[in-house]
Amino acid sequence: MTIGLTHYLVVAAVLFCGGLFTMMTKRNAVGILIGVELVLTSSILNFVAFDRYLGKGRVDGQITGLFIIVLAAAEAAIAVAICINVYKNLSTVDVDRATRLQG
Amino acid sequence: MKSEERRLKIEMGTVHMVCPSRSSPFALRSCFSVGALFLSFASTAFASAGTAIDRGVMTAAPAGKLEWLLFNLVAGGVVASVIGVCVSRNIVRMAVWLFICLGSVAMLYFMLAANFLGAIQLIVYAGGTLVLLIFGVMLTSKSPWVRWEAPLVEMIAAGVVCVTLLVSLWAVLLRTTWSGLESVSPGASLATIGEKLINVYLVPFEVAGVLLMIVMVGAAHLARQEE
Repeated sequence: MTIGLTHYLVVAAVLFCGGLFTMMTKRNAVGILIGVELVLTSSILNFVAFDRYLGKGRVDGQITGLFIIVLAAAEAAIAVAICINVYKNLSTVDVDRATRLQG
Repeated sequence: MKSEERRLKIEMGTVHMVCPSRSSPFALRSCFSVGALFLSFASTAFASAGTAIDRGVMTAAPAGKLEWLLFNLVAGGVVASVIGVCVSRNIVRMAVWLFICLGSVAMLYFMLAANFLGAIQLIVYAGGTLVLLIFGVMLTSKSPWVRWEAPLVEMIAAGVVCVTLLVSLWAVLLRTTWSGLESVSPGASLATIGEKLINVYLVPFEVAGVLLMIVMVGAAHLARQEE
């Protein structure tokens, strides 16, 4: 009945696999971005769970999670800007049709 | 099928939105508002519990049967919303499911006694990043209800890969015994996090600040209007 580290790690594994599946199957660039967000969230959950169950009053896991949130926000901003640019040039964000760089 | 299509035409002539009845705007709106209500109630409850812990009224994060019940509730929410993200074809629905998912994960942070990180997750992730994504959806599709589907073979292959990975991860996690688990950290105060952030983690902190500035300038440059 007690909730331990393993429970949180299993939830993080579900988040990771769901994000991976989303990245593999979506064709919309923004949809792929949503998958990336899920994977990043699962990594933060791992850091925070280990921080609670292994750390003796240390907060290193939480601070690492904080930095991951900052990186995820930066990544989302740049990726959305790139999506808008791709849409302006090709009038679609379908990743299968944006093949101009393939030559 | 034509008769099933519901047309919303605003008389100004500027906004023209066509959506199939399967994803009627009413259902979407109610989905949004129920999710937002749920999140706001739950996060208020968790945040007040966190304040009580900080002031010494309560001793720690919930323990025993209450923790078990809360964990199952919240983890069920996370898993359900992840499945929702995976199976939705509609990009706006995916964003709504992601909103619910990030809010539930923030509640898991509250249960792990990481109150500050949970609050930051709600503000930055569920607030800022998601609004950015929804703006991205609105700006990059003629109609937000657009759907592109992967071929069935690719769906099956991706499903097999992900389920195999999940099952193997699960099996490994259940068999692992972690050493050094004897003490559970009681949770740190905000002052501890702040002190550590500008003592031990000063360089990454400054680098993150510079990164955010570069990102701000870069995103504004990338998304600018051509003159």
